Amino acid sequence: MKAIADLFTIVAVVAGAFFFIAGTVGLLRFPDTFTRLHALTKADNLGLGLVVVGLLPQMDGVLAGLKLILVWLMVLLASATVSQLIARAVRRGGPKP
Amino acid sequence: MTEFLLGASAFVLLTVAVGLVCILRGPDDVDRMMSVQLFGTAGIAALLLLGAAIGAAAVVDLALILAVLAAFAAIAFVKAGTHMASESDEAEDRA
Repeated sequence: MKAIADLFTIVAVVAGAFFFIAGTVGLLRFPDTFTRLHALTKADNLGLGLVVVGLLPQMDGVLAGLKLILVWLMVLLASATVSQLIARAVRRGGPKP
Repeated sequence: MTEFLLGASAFVLLTVAVGLVCILRGPDDVDRMMSVQLFGTAGIAALLLLGAAIGAAAVVDLALILAVLAAFAAIAFVKAGTHMASESDEAEDRA
């Protein structure tokens, strides 16, 4: 049982790390501000979600796991709000993105 | 398992470090702010991995604080930017 949980953790955390690389590469390589914002806010939140899901079997109790999920939901809410705010600020800044 | 989690934490921190190049490079303040957002999200992931690796439950609280602070920083940035923009618009109107 422990081995299965550990394997699940490894697979999910590696997948999460892949999405973090994707977000960073997108931030560095994409041509304009909106595409960079897109890469950042989506890929990174998915990466964090996969890391959280991967860490769930390693937690001691149900409460610790729920707290991890709470962190992820908090980040999702904050990131969705902030990405909309930044995109709106950029659009109001003028035609040049 | 501890070694794997520590390695994953270090790896995520490495992607943050690479993303911080964007702060130097720009080209705009918005892009620098996005790099800070990346630092927030990936820093939380690195903290959670570290906490699970060393078995310190309190690290989750740190991650929660970092989530709130990153959101506040971005909102303050947007508010400051739009405030200055509207002030300069008013200045242009008066001129």
